[in-house]
Amino acid sequence: MTQTPDAPHDPRGHYLALMAQRRLYGGLTLAIFALLMISGFMLADSRNAGGFWSGLPQVFDFPADVIADTLPKLDRLPGHLLRYFPALVETINIAAVSTLLGAAGAIVLSLLSTRGLARWPRLITVFRRLMDILRAVPEIVVALVLIFVLGGGPVPAMLAIALHTAGALGKLFSEVNENADLKPVEGLSSVGATWLQRMWLGVVPQVSPNYFSYALLRFEINIRASAILGFVGAGGIGYELRNAMAWGKGRFDEAAAIFLLLFLTIVVFDQLSSHVRNAMISSKKGGQ
Amino acid sequence: MADAALYASADRVFRRKKIVAFGLPALVLVYLAYIFFAFDLPGLAERARWDNARTLLADTWSYKTHVTRDNRGGGLEVAIEGERKGEYPEGRAPDWVAAQDDGSVRVALKGGQEVILLPGNGFRWDVPGYGLIEARLEGRSIVSNLPQDGLPDWISTSSSRLQVTTDGARVALTRSKTELFRYFPGWELFFFTLDSPYHGRGLGEILFGAQIDPARGNLAGAWQDFWGNAMWRHEDVAWAIFETLLMAFLGTMGAALVALPLAFLSAKNFAPLMALRFATRRVFDFLRGVDGLIWTIVLSRAFGPGPMTGALAILLTDTGSFGKLFSEALENVDGKQIEGVASTGAKPLQRYRFGVIPQVVPVLVSQVLYFLESNTRSATIIGAITGGGIGLLLTQAMITQKDWEEVTYYIILVILMVMAMDSASGWLRRKLIKGL
Repeated sequence: MTQTPDAPHDPRGHYLALMAQRRLYGGLTLAIFALLMISGFMLADSRNAGGFWSGLPQVFDFPADVIADTLPKLDRLPGHLLRYFPALVETINIAAVSTLLGAAGAIVLSLLSTRGLARWPRLITVFRRLMDILRAVPEIVVALVLIFVLGGGPVPAMLAIALHTAGALGKLFSEVNENADLKPVEGLSSVGATWLQRMWLGVVPQVSPNYFSYALLRFEINIRASAILGFVGAGGIGYELRNAMAWGKGRFDEAAAIFLLLFLTIVVFDQLSSHVRNAMISSKKGGQ
Repeated sequence: MADAALYASADRVFRRKKIVAFGLPALVLVYLAYIFFAFDLPGLAERARWDNARTLLADTWSYKTHVTRDNRGGGLEVAIEGERKGEYPEGRAPDWVAAQDDGSVRVALKGGQEVILLPGNGFRWDVPGYGLIEARLEGRSIVSNLPQDGLPDWISTSSSRLQVTTDGARVALTRSKTELFRYFPGWELFFFTLDSPYHGRGLGEILFGAQIDPARGNLAGAWQDFWGNAMWRHEDVAWAIFETLLMAFLGTMGAALVALPLAFLSAKNFAPLMALRFATRRVFDFLRGVDGLIWTIVLSRAFGPGPMTGALAILLTDTGSFGKLFSEALENVDGKQIEGVASTGAKPLQRYRFGVIPQVVPVLVSQVLYFLESNTRSATIIGAITGGGIGLLLTQAMITQKDWEEVTYYIILVILMVMAMDSASGWLRRKLIKGL
């Protein structure tokens, strides 16, 4: 249609034909997408234990139960909050340590896998694949295996999240490294600096604000992850939540306290990290 | 004077740099030291179960076949992993288990070793480098030729149990049974279980050989038996992977569809009403703050376990994230393009369609695809909590604490799944953004 020889002499017709073709493709993509969504919804609905439409009216039953259990015992809520606070601290600690360790690992991995900076340029692919694998493994898998070996507690969760963080941050860090100015590195190597010195003095000072910003974002994600891992037995607030849920109807007031703690923590750290990152960006802009 | 001030300010800068350079690492070290004790790392070595680690590692690449003789009835059973599903049918025992005419059973081990299960509820095993071990059940106690003390740690004895463990095998004699494990490398019965006629046949034989099962064609029959393999449950695993992907897809796309109109309400340049903007933003914050874990718990109470629950949990959490990201993208829209479209006399809807959407779509699509990939991982985790998809199979296999080869299989599948989603979403991103 568009290949006909007289097409160039008819720009309007050509344009309209192109538009029609684009519309057709766009419409087809949209139709396929809608079809996928609808059939996916129906399939998920049929494979779920309770159907979507029958479950929908019950969505608020559980929150209502929790509130109904909490309201008469509102005076006990501060006590519960205080009681579960140490578990919350443990969850935050898991997230913090794993972010620290993971970021440290990510710095090393990212430097080793950035072209122009790598210590062993031939091994760049190896380190990249290693980061891909670390990123691909869900934390829960590593955590469950480690719980089997090390027993329950914060350490399996910490290691699991740290490994995942190393992979996830490693990729982001190496993107940052690629934009680093190589002149300081060349200057350092001209005076005989070793690889470690070149990296530590030439690259890291340039990129550390970006590192920090990504690590902060990751810390926020890791708090959520550490709460989830607690739920499968790795200590912290998630573990307490699981136990509190096991009390069953009529005693959900403790679960309510944990929900509240978890919600507040996530909101606080979410706001805090976005505030710090915004402040960093604006101070950087002001300084230049 | 000016020089002195300059020097002083340079000193100040250096002092601050020094404090940061030494203070920050010191702070981190102090924190790590606190964690060292708070997490009880010194006690970890005691609590760690290294034997568990060993079983786990050995199980990932090897399997064992149990040869069990009932000391009361005298019956012999050969079963892979000791499971009913892996039991050898009567008279079709592997050739390394040979019943003799005198009632004993010879079990050949690696390196020419041999364990003989004696008719009188006993066994004889000549362990190289140690010597002949003979034991039998007399009445209700175990009698052996082993000395009372000075036994190596791979032999354990008591009046009711004797166990000898070597590299490739283990024999345990108790009152009720004599049990021998022989270890083999590989995953057992991955393609066909023992009751399938295709067990032990090569691929060439199935594809090109004579018809094996008279009732079925080779290819169809082999596929049927492979797909329905009772031990590895390939069909269930494939469904589980599909369910996990379904959760991620439905959740992510649903969240994007819900978040897009809401994002217009919370973007500064599109929502004139400050109160409405504030309200929508708080809704987004709330959705994100409640977090996937709590959404999953709440939703699984209403909908029960399954992919729908997981998809809805992802949908709710990500509506919050998308809402924030989308409204930021909308706030960064270039006003000139909209003015240009407006100058041609476009109505508001057309202004959005041709002035705004083309600008934001690449950003939105790329965000959605990033989330799709990371939600594949989240769907695995949510599946483990609420019960659905590959996450459920993984936790089930782990809780039984014996089928580590299945756990390994699932882990490999999960990694492949996530990596495939990663490259698929990357490919789609490049394709779509270039095309748009």
